[in-house]
Amino acid sequence: MNKNNCIMNCSGICKTYQMGAARLEVLKGLDLSVASGEFLAIVGSSGSGKSTLLHIMGALDKPDKGSVSFNGTDLSRLGRGRLNAFRNKNIGFVFQFYHLLDELTLLENVLLPRMVSVGTLGWAKVRKGARKAAKELLERLSLADRAAHKPYQLSGGQRQRAAIARALINGPDILLADEPTGNLDSETGNGILKVFNELHRAGQTIVMVTHDEKIAAIADRTIELVDGRVSAE
Amino acid sequence: MYKVFLPLRFFLKRKITYLAVIAVTLCVFTVVVVMTVMNGLVTDFVDKNHAFVGDCIVGTDSLVGFGWYEDFLDELRQADFVYAASPVIKTFGLVKSESSSKSGALPVMGIDAVEHIKVTGFASALHYRKDSPLLAFAPQYDSTLPGCVIGIDLLVNRESDGQYIQSSLLPRWVYSVTCFPLTARGALIKSGTSLSANSKIFYYSDNAETGLAKIDSGMIYLALGQLQEICGMAAESKRATAIFIKFNPGSDVERCTEKVARMWADFTLRYSDKSQSWLFDTVTVADWKSYCRETIAPMEKEQTMMMMLFAMVGIITIFIIFVVFYMIVAHKSKDIGILKSIGAGEFAILGIFLRFAALIGITGSAAGLVLGVLFLRKINNLEDWLFANFQWQLWDRSVYAIGDIPDSSGVILPTVVFICAVSACIIGAFLPTLRGVIKKCVDILRVNEL
Repeated sequence: MNKNNCIMNCSGICKTYQMGAARLEVLKGLDLSVASGEFLAIVGSSGSGKSTLLHIMGALDKPDKGSVSFNGTDLSRLGRGRLNAFRNKNIGFVFQFYHLLDELTLLENVLLPRMVSVGTLGWAKVRKGARKAAKELLERLSLADRAAHKPYQLSGGQRQRAAIARALINGPDILLADEPTGNLDSETGNGILKVFNELHRAGQTIVMVTHDEKIAAIADRTIELVDGRVSAE
Repeated sequence: MYKVFLPLRFFLKRKITYLAVIAVTLCVFTVVVVMTVMNGLVTDFVDKNHAFVGDCIVGTDSLVGFGWYEDFLDELRQADFVYAASPVIKTFGLVKSESSSKSGALPVMGIDAVEHIKVTGFASALHYRKDSPLLAFAPQYDSTLPGCVIGIDLLVNRESDGQYIQSSLLPRWVYSVTCFPLTARGALIKSGTSLSANSKIFYYSDNAETGLAKIDSGMIYLALGQLQEICGMAAESKRATAIFIKFNPGSDVERCTEKVARMWADFTLRYSDKSQSWLFDTVTVADWKSYCRETIAPMEKEQTMMMMLFAMVGIITIFIIFVVFYMIVAHKSKDIGILKSIGAGEFAILGIFLRFAALIGITGSAAGLVLGVLFLRKINNLEDWLFANFQWQLWDRSVYAIGDIPDSSGVILPTVVFICAVSACIIGAFLPTLRGVIKKCVDILRVNEL
């Protein structure tokens, strides 16, 4: 990988969970780099630390040891406020269970990260543009006619596509997806993977965690986590 | 924007929110209604006691009384802070109805109607002479006869709805009042070798409704001069047992009472060489609250006990609100995780849930207040309706000296209850939200995936 092309670098990542008296070492000095525009799949058995790694990469969790740098900036040096802004502007999360807010329509769910990124006064300025962008995203993900629906009125696949739209609204540098098809049937799951493929072709950097190697096959590169380290590429 | 938008959405789109609003409404409603009624009863009782005695009392418990009171009255009337002062005799007598032959020992109060109506609420307590209280002791059918005013519950029956059944014409009832005249030394005045009692016939001239059960059910009022005569207090220097004083409107009762006490101390010093001056030793000066302490204190104790009980109810209410919010926020912890994952700050999330709680608190409290005030406005009508249809009454008016159930909440009580309820909601939401905000986003989302 070209060093100039590297968007995110994880170096010597260690993470341990204390489960009562037992210590569970999940990540043991893991090194990983993600190139801009790359579609990286992380595979591994259940409990191998895939999701933990993804959360650390997205600044939702902190490593016990090691560092994560984004475009050369060490995330451990950022304060809470800047980490929040980093998550809001640079990272898009797609969770296995969609995690949409039930009280909001799809359009409002998609707009939420944009609302967070601007203040109350700032929203008045960007409102029109943001709504336009959100509608375009929903259209791109074949959800235009569902914009006014609540999440519970939609199928699993539609919810996941809405979650992808929400993750993309702020134009993140990296899309982090944690088992995005894990809660869907294979046909619907394939539809979601197709969306990821299209996004990747459009230049989106994607890091996807999955336990299914067949799903991982659509990625440019696949790494396998075994015993808290990258065992194979 | 989302900091305003999300609380509104949570508020409008969640069914559990409506339950929380109803819970707050009911709590506020209950507190406002019960506190208003209880406070109203105590205030009414205290006010009636105040109206019965005026602002300040210079008096003695001794039936002998004290002399030279007229001189002190003159000094009082010259004081710029005194509105009026009325001499009073409080004693006991045997009262016998000449028509029914019923008799009994009753407290007897001698008053100077002219002064007494300036100092106390005596005029408004009358029935037949309400518009001409100066003639309280002059029977309508013959104003030259010596009259007596009798506590209303001694004569007039009361219906269950609280109305007294007054006859339109003053009945011609005659009473003989017998008192034991006492010397200044406190001994019975002797006539020859045997002890004597003075009796006099009085004609029923009116009844008095003070609203104080003890007074209305056992007091007979006579003209001061006539009671002085039959009590042997008119001889030599006239004696009275008390002086009721009313200060100018807006005066500080405590300060004015202190001034009266100084005046009294000065007076007794100057009159120390006069006859019967030893009677001054038993005389005390007290403001109306201290004077009525024996009567008011149990009621105030009751009120304090009620306040304690309500403090407990209040704490339970706050706890219920806290639990409701704890459940709401716990239910929405997933949303906290989602908001954190898209970059919302901890304070912003805390603010969202506190605004959400404030919305519930304000809406629930406002609804509780409106319902409470409306209920209070109609509480007497409601009680009347219940009595008319089901013969059920909160307080049986034939037993309790209560006219109407207090229904005026004022401004302070609802305001305090409103502030407390909204604060309880915010505090109730603060702790679980803080717990959610402090928790790691991944932990919240992972739990919600289970």
